[in-house]
Amino acid sequence: MEAKDLKVRAMGLGSYISLKDVVFSRSGRRIFNGVTVDIPRGKITAIMGPSGSGKTTLLRLIGGQLRQDSGSLTVDGHAISELRRKELYKFREKMGMLFQSGALFTDLSVYENVAFPMRVHTKLPEDMINDIVLMKLEAVGLRGARKLMPSELSGGMNRRVALARSIALDPELIMYDEPFAGQDPIGMGVLVKLIRDLNSSMGLTSVLVSHDVKESLSICHYACIIADGKVIGTGTPEELQAHPSEQVQQFLNGHPDGPVPFHYPSSAATEDFGLAGGAS
Amino acid sequence: MIDRIASFGRSSIGFVISIGRAGQFLGGVLSGIPRPVTGFPLLLKQLYSVGVLSLAIIVVSGLFIGMVLGLQGYTILSDFGSEAAIGQMIALTLVRELGPVVTALLFAGRAGSALTAEIGLMKATEQLSSMEMMGVDPLRRVIAPRLWAGFIAMPVLAIIFSMVGIWGGMLVGVEWLGVFEGSYWGNMQASVDFRDDVINGVIKSIVFGFVCAWIAVYQGYDCVPTSAGISSATTKTVVYSSLAVLGLDFVLTAVMFGNF
Repeated sequence: MEAKDLKVRAMGLGSYISLKDVVFSRSGRRIFNGVTVDIPRGKITAIMGPSGSGKTTLLRLIGGQLRQDSGSLTVDGHAISELRRKELYKFREKMGMLFQSGALFTDLSVYENVAFPMRVHTKLPEDMINDIVLMKLEAVGLRGARKLMPSELSGGMNRRVALARSIALDPELIMYDEPFAGQDPIGMGVLVKLIRDLNSSMGLTSVLVSHDVKESLSICHYACIIADGKVIGTGTPEELQAHPSEQVQQFLNGHPDGPVPFHYPSSAATEDFGLAGGAS
Repeated sequence: MIDRIASFGRSSIGFVISIGRAGQFLGGVLSGIPRPVTGFPLLLKQLYSVGVLSLAIIVVSGLFIGMVLGLQGYTILSDFGSEAAIGQMIALTLVRELGPVVTALLFAGRAGSALTAEIGLMKATEQLSSMEMMGVDPLRRVIAPRLWAGFIAMPVLAIIFSMVGIWGGMLVGVEWLGVFEGSYWGNMQASVDFRDDVINGVIKSIVFGFVCAWIAVYQGYDCVPTSAGISSATTKTVVYSSLAVLGLDFVLTAVMFGNF
């Protein structure tokens, strides 16, 4: 953590998002128990961790859809939980989020989905909206699909249109929620390229939540692994690969047994099989 | 015994909490200044889907209910030789009671359930979340137009229901059973008071429209975003709306027509 902070400072980037001792519980379950992460400006940061470790919850905290119980969370210097409803909605215009399902509006065409944020937030003339929509669709390679409805798109195309929509207002921050989940190798390759290109061409701060280790580490500048409500490892991809923690190594290399046990906690096998007392 | 009291207390607290949340939700939907330029097209679209598309079921049901009232009314009234009062009976029954109540029940089944399922699915597919993250308040953009559309469409549908019912009653009473047409319309005109009967009926349907639309959008917005959750929310919409309509009808009738 400290090594990464030093590196971030040395590069003169500063953190765009900063979480300090964030505690969050839901339905009586503690999801985060003192998470501290700094996400540098203009870089791709991958948040990784096993399923159910609260990665998506972290994105929702950053986006202000959930509020932490304690600790501080700032985005571009603003304490998200202290913003008023109207200020929060205004602030979100600087954020883009790619949902796992794409979350396209099913009653609007591809074109109208991408035009939606501009129609709501700007007073741009129709011909300018048209140009921007076509440029954004061109960037994700789907200019030709503008007349299709979301139900006519494949899963990968759906996500690419959603990506075009989330960059429609040229945000400063873009959050990807499991962008590679359920993608075929080509779709995955396309998304990896798009995330990398968007980051370098637009200078976006990108937060990538995923459990696809290989793809995430191939494009991120920094990564952070969350498990059991805490950050268990953080650093550049190379630093993580050499991380001494067994739990980090188990996650990165996909070992079936280790600090996260293969067996769900249970009573002694001898008891369940009725062998207690030393049967022959 | 203590356990039963505790469980009753727990469910009562749960009920009060859900009423409170529904009230808070309503406050969120209705607060803020309406934006006519962006809001009106959204309202028109919803008026079409909850109002115009409900017309078929309202017209057909109104026609049959009017015809049945004509038949039953004639059978009963002819025993006393007063079948000429059939027009008065049909009109009062429809305008005061059956028009608003049956329209509301049909509305809950046809439009209310559709609203809940649509909003629930939007929640399950993260469309509402993505709207929030784009800086667009789903309460204002998705919920408010649907709530207002239900509120506006219901009285209009109830009026259409009553009109078609009166016409259906005439088909049976006058055309088929031979009641004198002049007495059918004349008795109706003499006995139905515009303020006491028609306006009170419209007020009832406005109240029912508001309650049904509120229940429908709240259930959709608050549902558990899974297939089982949406199905349960849709069922709740129909059950709660029907019970609320029948309960409120009793209260409103007592206030409006109970000259004790």
